[in-house]
Amino acid sequence: MTYPSSNRFCPAWRSPLSRSRELDLELRGVSRVFSRPGHRVDALDGFDLSVASGEFVCLVGPSGCGKTTVLHLLAGLEQATAGTVTAGGIPVTGPDPSRILLFQESALFPWLTVAANVEFGLKLRKMPAPERHRRVDALLRMVHLERFAASWVHELSGGMKQRAALARALAMDPAVLLLDEPFGALDAITRDRLHAELQEIWMRDAKTVVFVTHNVREAVVLGDRVLVMSQSPGRILSSYRVDLPRPRHMEDPGIIPLATQVLRDLVPETAANG
Amino acid sequence: MAEGGAARRGRMSVRLQQVLFFGALLGSWWLLGALRIWPRYIFPTPDGVAESITRGFGGGSYLPAILGSLKRLAWGYSIALAGGTVTGFLLARINWFKNTFGLLVLGLQTLPSICWLPLAILWFGLSEKAIVFVVVMGAFLSIALATEDGIRNTPRVFVQAARNMGANGIRLYSSVILPSALPTIVTGMKLGWSFAWRSLMAGELLYAVPGLGYLLMMGRELNDMPAVVAVILVIVLIGLLTDKVIFAVAERAVRARWGLQKRAEAKQQ
Repeated sequence: MTYPSSNRFCPAWRSPLSRSRELDLELRGVSRVFSRPGHRVDALDGFDLSVASGEFVCLVGPSGCGKTTVLHLLAGLEQATAGTVTAGGIPVTGPDPSRILLFQESALFPWLTVAANVEFGLKLRKMPAPERHRRVDALLRMVHLERFAASWVHELSGGMKQRAALARALAMDPAVLLLDEPFGALDAITRDRLHAELQEIWMRDAKTVVFVTHNVREAVVLGDRVLVMSQSPGRILSSYRVDLPRPRHMEDPGIIPLATQVLRDLVPETAANG
Repeated sequence: MAEGGAARRGRMSVRLQQVLFFGALLGSWWLLGALRIWPRYIFPTPDGVAESITRGFGGGSYLPAILGSLKRLAWGYSIALAGGTVTGFLLARINWFKNTFGLLVLGLQTLPSICWLPLAILWFGLSEKAIVFVVVMGAFLSIALATEDGIRNTPRVFVQAARNMGANGIRLYSSVILPSALPTIVTGMKLGWSFAWRSLMAGELLYAVPGLGYLLMMGRELNDMPAVVAVILVIVLIGLLTDKVIFAVAERAVRARWGLQKRAEAKQQ
């Protein structure tokens, strides 16, 4: 069941920051109903998805199709109304540092410095201070924020915030990274840089990644597989394997034709939305 | 640069307005006093008030009064702070408590806290405790409501991110929810302080304990108008010092660090 990593551009060495085991993810027959008196939304209904360990999967779909719900279920922050959600074959019953979710907004804690944010989870793990500091330094260097270790969150730009949030997520050395439109609010140049950095990290550390976006080209650039979701209740309409060499870039010639194809599936769904 | 200069000129002209206004106020006060239209016990002169203040500090009647008032305030406020944060926490955390006791808190908040004095006197007698009780009731409710508000409005993503990293139980509260609520709590503390201060003065006016309110009443009994105005000025000064200096600075510092006052900072530069 291992996913062929032929399109990995790097050999299989991993950074000293990552020792996590790999985890595959599976949603089977999953429904998620949000209900309050007089109102009922079926976000997902009979939803199936499997992600091999070490695979980079991108989910695209119209807004309100349940993409974020899929991530929250995988993170264990929400529970399925019906069906099973498993990580590494074990049912997901709650949040766990082995599966870290990155939010649309950075969700960094404004009362802590950048370094203290990255350190947050490590302190919870009671990691000894010297090791903790070494790790925080290394992570901040990895996301090019070493000069901003002592800055407050509100002093960072949008792109820097997302890089800090990425460092905070990687500090937990999760086997699974779940990203919810993390670069949606960024300018094109910043986003391109983060694409490169994320691919670099992923290729090196063999993490399982589920990346939600509404940007089709972004999905094709980043994913091993791109899944198109339907209007609510979300189902998977089509699946595209991306076999282009990495690291990829938004302007690569191979990206556009594939993106155009994916978009063709997506447009009727978006139009139906309004 | 040009904008900075304009801002500086703006501040200068504000200063000038203030100096002119208070200068004119003091001048007309002095003039009206010098004209001797009303007797001294109705309309005091600035120099009479100044003399009374110097005498108050020099003669040793002000300091014990100020210390007495501040001591009661410190007691009442500390109790209100401890009780208010715990109550606010429970209101935010336990829904049935919010639905029942929360209504009571909202209702009682409309009651001026000095209205508790008769009750307090019946409970505690004519003692320090009765005034401290009134001070507690003044500050307690606003601190409780602010704490509840701050905790309830903790952004969901903070809690989700923290739980995702393995925080739960007490750690979730101590390292995420409370810090996130702190700006709101500090605002509530400031509001609670000003209620406490007002309640204290009202309480001290009503019976004789060494304090600023009592000095005020003594001025009245002696028909000593300059003393009354002098004590009013001292009370205003202490209120300004705590409200606008200590609490405002703390509030600004917290809000700036939390990134809630980016625009205000940008304006200052």
